[in-house]
Amino acid sequence: MKVLIPSSLLSYTKEQNVEATGATLTELLADLDRQYPGLQFRVIDEQNKMRGHMRFFVNGEQVFDLTHALRPTDEVYLVQALSGG
Amino acid sequence: MARTTRKSAARKKTLPARAKPSARRRRTRRVVILVATRKGAWLFHGDAARKTWRTDGPHFLGHIVNHLVLDPRDGRTLLAAAKTGHLGPTIFRSTDFGRSWKEASRPPAFAKAPEGADTKMPGRAVDHTFWLTPAHANEPNVWYAGTSPQGLFRSVDGGVTWDPFSVINDDPQYREWMGTVQDGTPDGPKLHSIIVDPRDPAHLYFAMSGGGIHETRDRGRTWTPLVQGMDVVQGFDAANIAVHDPHCVRLCPSNPDRLYQQNHCGIYRLDRPSNQWTRIGKNMPKQVGDIGFPMVVHPRDADTAWVFPMDGTSVWPRTSPEGKPSVYVTRDGGKRWRRLDFGLPKAQAWWTVKRQAMTADAQNAVGLYFGTTSGELWMSRDEGKRWACIARHLPEIYSVETFEV
Repeated sequence: MKVLIPSSLLSYTKEQNVEATGATLTELLADLDRQYPGLQFRVIDEQNKMRGHMRFFVNGEQVFDLTHALRPTDEVYLVQALSGG
Repeated sequence: MARTTRKSAARKKTLPARAKPSARRRRTRRVVILVATRKGAWLFHGDAARKTWRTDGPHFLGHIVNHLVLDPRDGRTLLAAAKTGHLGPTIFRSTDFGRSWKEASRPPAFAKAPEGADTKMPGRAVDHTFWLTPAHANEPNVWYAGTSPQGLFRSVDGGVTWDPFSVINDDPQYREWMGTVQDGTPDGPKLHSIIVDPRDPAHLYFAMSGGGIHETRDRGRTWTPLVQGMDVVQGFDAANIAVHDPHCVRLCPSNPDRLYQQNHCGIYRLDRPSNQWTRIGKNMPKQVGDIGFPMVVHPRDADTAWVFPMDGTSVWPRTSPEGKPSVYVTRDGGKRWRRLDFGLPKAQAWWTVKRQAMTADAQNAVGLYFGTTSGELWMSRDEGKRWACIARHLPEIYSVETFEV
């Protein structure tokens, strides 16, 4: 599926639009990490929690549950949340 | 003929010997200053006289870099503890003096808490790596890291992969002493001052900004608190390890049995095998006090140490007392202190120096260096007698280290 990468992670992917697979957001992140080593830990922590300023949108809807089921046709936006100031 | 040959041989022998002094001069070691800031890292390469400095940076612009350290065992590997405002923490590694960097494949991370874990000991996530220490000279590629929330980590492959080290990260007693993020430094409690005894790789110390100083003699299998004689904030019980707040601990290279400490509640000295810290800061001028963050020791004289006092009164402004910054030195192990402010601003300078942001080189005379919360880098070529600003307008400086090439 298509994944949009935020600018802060372009040092890993080199491009904003990438392809990745996974039946859930957790699996999708694991696939991204296989392709771009190190990316996953910058987005979720060692307790599998989304980092404070990272957000996922699936087909335009914000999703907080990393076990959220995905279909190959979904569009996933990985977004660096605005955090004031 | 034979005699002539011997003279000739003798001349040949003497020539290289005569050449040695100039060869030594050519090998004059130059100081490089490593500066880590809230917005990236810089290297300042000094000339032989430490008078002019070439700027190399920024590295990792926009990253919060808490510590940048060179491996003295190989003289070329640099580790940088970094994160950004949005992304998780990581370690960057360079083996060519910072010309190129590669990210650690497994940065420091706590163990994942098992499902249904004890709610008194919830799983923790590293917010940032705060402190980096190369291990003993006989343990190449081994490094230690201290994090916030407070945790101790170790790498055995030069910083490429990191693992939780020792029992303390998940030990109920240590977790109680560590407290929560609300119990420590405003931007998170820090495990810092990881010290390796140069005589024994199994003998280590570390300190926690909330949780005291601890010592192991068995390479981290067991630890013992080392807080006797340390004061705590009025109203708290000094017997409670959790309320001890060391800011910076240093071991004297010339006498590894002597440690100095700048604490939230004073300046201390400890002479082993005693376990009793002595508050030598009581000898500081009363109007200045003995609160501060950094502690610097002389590379060859265990009676000499420097501090940078700050205002720790009322609401803890964390600025230079009365806006008049100064270093203070003791030359007799803390009995007397002398103000060293020649060249520093005389008034209206409301910055301070963080715990990792002051250091010394090993030259003769010793060079001192500090970076300020206002982004200035200062140095003294004469052990603090005169100060000069060598860089301005940097971001808030978190750490200053030196090495010599």
